[in-house]
Amino acid sequence: MSDQGDALVEAVVSARQEGRGLYVTAGGSKRNLAGRECNAAPLDVSGHTGIVDYHPGELVLTARAGTPLAELEKILEQHGQALPFEPPGFDGKATIGGTLACNLSGPARPWAGSVRDLVLGVQLINGRGELLNFGGQVMKNVAGYDVSRLQAGALGTLGILTRISLKVLPRPEQSLSLAYDLALPEALVTMNRRAGEPAPLSGACWVAGRLYLRLSGSPGAVAHSAGRWGGERLEDDAAVWASLRELTHPFFDGPEPLWRFSVNPTAPMPGDWGPMLVDWCGAQRWLRGAQDPARLQAVAAQAGGHVCLFRGGDRSGEVRQPADPVSRRLQLRLKQAFDPDGILNPGRLYSWL
Amino acid sequence: MPVSRSELLRRLRRHLPPDAVVEDRESQRPFECDALTLYRELPLLVVLPETVDQVQTILRECHALGVPVVARGSGTGLCAGSMPHPEGVLLGLSRLDRILEIDPLARTARVQPGVSNLAISGAAAAHGLHYAPDPSSQIACSIGGNVAENSGGVHCLKYGLTVHNLLSLELLTVEGERLTVGTQGLESPGYDLLALLTGSEGLLGIVVEATVRLLPCPETAQVVMAGFGSVSAAGDAVGAVIAAGIIPAGLEMMDQLAIQAAEDFAAAGYPRDAAALLLCEVDGTREEVAEHSERVAALFRELGATSVAVSRDEAERALLWKGRKSAFPAVGRLAPDYYCMDGTIPRGQVSRVLGEISRLSDEYGLAVANVFHAGDGNLHPLILYDASDPEQIHKAEAFGARILELSVAVGGCITGEHGVGLEKLQQMPSQFTEAELLQLEEIKHAFDPHLTLNPGKGVPILRRCQEYRALPARHRHE
Repeated sequence: MSDQGDALVEAVVSARQEGRGLYVTAGGSKRNLAGRECNAAPLDVSGHTGIVDYHPGELVLTARAGTPLAELEKILEQHGQALPFEPPGFDGKATIGGTLACNLSGPARPWAGSVRDLVLGVQLINGRGELLNFGGQVMKNVAGYDVSRLQAGALGTLGILTRISLKVLPRPEQSLSLAYDLALPEALVTMNRRAGEPAPLSGACWVAGRLYLRLSGSPGAVAHSAGRWGGERLEDDAAVWASLRELTHPFFDGPEPLWRFSVNPTAPMPGDWGPMLVDWCGAQRWLRGAQDPARLQAVAAQAGGHVCLFRGGDRSGEVRQPADPVSRRLQLRLKQAFDPDGILNPGRLYSWL
Repeated sequence: MPVSRSELLRRLRRHLPPDAVVEDRESQRPFECDALTLYRELPLLVVLPETVDQVQTILRECHALGVPVVARGSGTGLCAGSMPHPEGVLLGLSRLDRILEIDPLARTARVQPGVSNLAISGAAAAHGLHYAPDPSSQIACSIGGNVAENSGGVHCLKYGLTVHNLLSLELLTVEGERLTVGTQGLESPGYDLLALLTGSEGLLGIVVEATVRLLPCPETAQVVMAGFGSVSAAGDAVGAVIAAGIIPAGLEMMDQLAIQAAEDFAAAGYPRDAAALLLCEVDGTREEVAEHSERVAALFRELGATSVAVSRDEAERALLWKGRKSAFPAVGRLAPDYYCMDGTIPRGQVSRVLGEISRLSDEYGLAVANVFHAGDGNLHPLILYDASDPEQIHKAEAFGARILELSVAVGGCITGEHGVGLEKLQQMPSQFTEAELLQLEEIKHAFDPHLTLNPGKGVPILRRCQEYRALPARHRHE
């Protein structure tokens, strides 16, 4: 556990003076995920670690950005709590900073929210080398713009995250999963219908012709809903959800490009273009293989969302759906507001940012 | 140089139906303030468009002329966030009040900004769904205003704030350009502008449509009410519920003055002699609610509650909430006026903060009643005063400022859900450093380079010294 905040500020100040870009890295688990490749000189923040504050009764945890998720999970577990958004730990390498920057969440996301929803405050170093605090350690805070949530998915292009406060929650008392053999169109309808019922649903995915539903909560509520919904009860359900959370399911094996759709959970999609895995009650859909990005983007737009080349493929080109001109202008101005010289993770999110 | 009123009028009249432009002073009067009536101002013009195209035209014309634009929903805000600008247009969005679509399978509602918060749940009820954020003003407050303020309510701890229950917005920029922010999925492709815009108090853009998430209505709910002999005992009980792994749907605390006022008003059966009252609502399936309400009641008894009652049916549950929900007007009967504050504090600090507020109450000679969203630490002290006495106004404001600074000092913030608006502009430096305020200002410039969207609110403008430093005394037109 150590505080390297001053050294990180110095690194940004001197990079700015020299007009050098910086590529922020810690555990390295997401180097080839989520964003474009960034050729700037690495700035390693993995030494900036430690839990700064944790009050289980307040449901709030504050840690330095380089702290591994595994360390957070460990202390939370001792108090019967957890990170409700189920972020991937990537073999212990994932840090809380990288998780927020990439906005990565697991199967519980539609119900428990993402890291974007749970973040309460951040400390960051902007491109001017200023150490700034936004948000705080309380659940409700509307003073100033929500700079903390803006960091989620910004891939470190607006600031180097140095400290993060998160809302944490009690672990569910019990979990139970049900499985059904169903084709994708029927599975999408079923999972979304179930999500509209008053039941403690906490996971809904479709993998290899099977629909899986997870119930989490008080034993009475879990048992009651499971009794009504029927299906095959899984003895060891943790493995299914962990394999989605960590991208370790065989579906994710191999070097073929991995595409991530974020779409209307009920939207139908063509089923003839390669292996697909559906998570988040239909709102997140994974596709494998070499594909025509323009075709995927058209399908994603039709389905009310967008597609990202999440892993593999050509990472020197754009990996995200193009932004329309107004959005592009606003995003560029926002980037300039935080990082006027464009030194933080240049090109990681979009080539023009 | 200010634009002439007649030129602005001529341009807007070209595009708007006659009754959409309000120019005479008397008809403008209802728009002079929001629910924080201390701060009043009349605009150059009030406009009440009926279509998104009209809003777009208004923004284009105002942009071309450099005229400030202040958006307003239902006027239920509590921070003078929609107080008009004397040289600007007040853009009332109340006529954009259609629910455009409910999608029961995807569990979403697409609505215009003037739709009331409660109307969304009303329309979704047929499908067993509801819109979760429930600010006290939910009968009247508009969803556009909820987005601007990131409104909360009594159910935030479990169901989140407005920002957690939004999927996308149709936004008009200050130039009048249209933009979709967010998607029908759960992730944004680039920067999360949806998060940035939520709670931005009309400073970054104008929301002309919102798609919100709908949640299943819980099968049932129960309220456990408990009286305590001290605020600290009630505070400990709140911590114990959380530590037991229960996330209540609502967890509210009231102090003695608030209890007595609410009981006089609503006859909900509150224990008048208690120093603090807790209302803890648990919801979910029948099994879950039965389990949890029993455990909560047992915890309260163990922790020294002087009285415990559990609602037996919907009528009893509604009655227990009626007292809490009418706490503001009930306290309002105790004095000619009350001033509602909105700090958030770490839950564990409640005893210390209420003790200090009580001391300040003696110092300023003004009574205060406290209503506390104990689950999420959002404190609403209600300072009683008489607005016909300038000295009392001054004292109430000074007292309020001290409470906000106290909230920051114990690790909290100056506003949990009401917003900064004009009211709390002077407290922003107690929460933010100059570099942080400048960063916020840079964000404002990214969206609104000429500072014409709701100028003088939300974020103090340091760099250009263009801040519209309005003080209430100067802006009263009586």
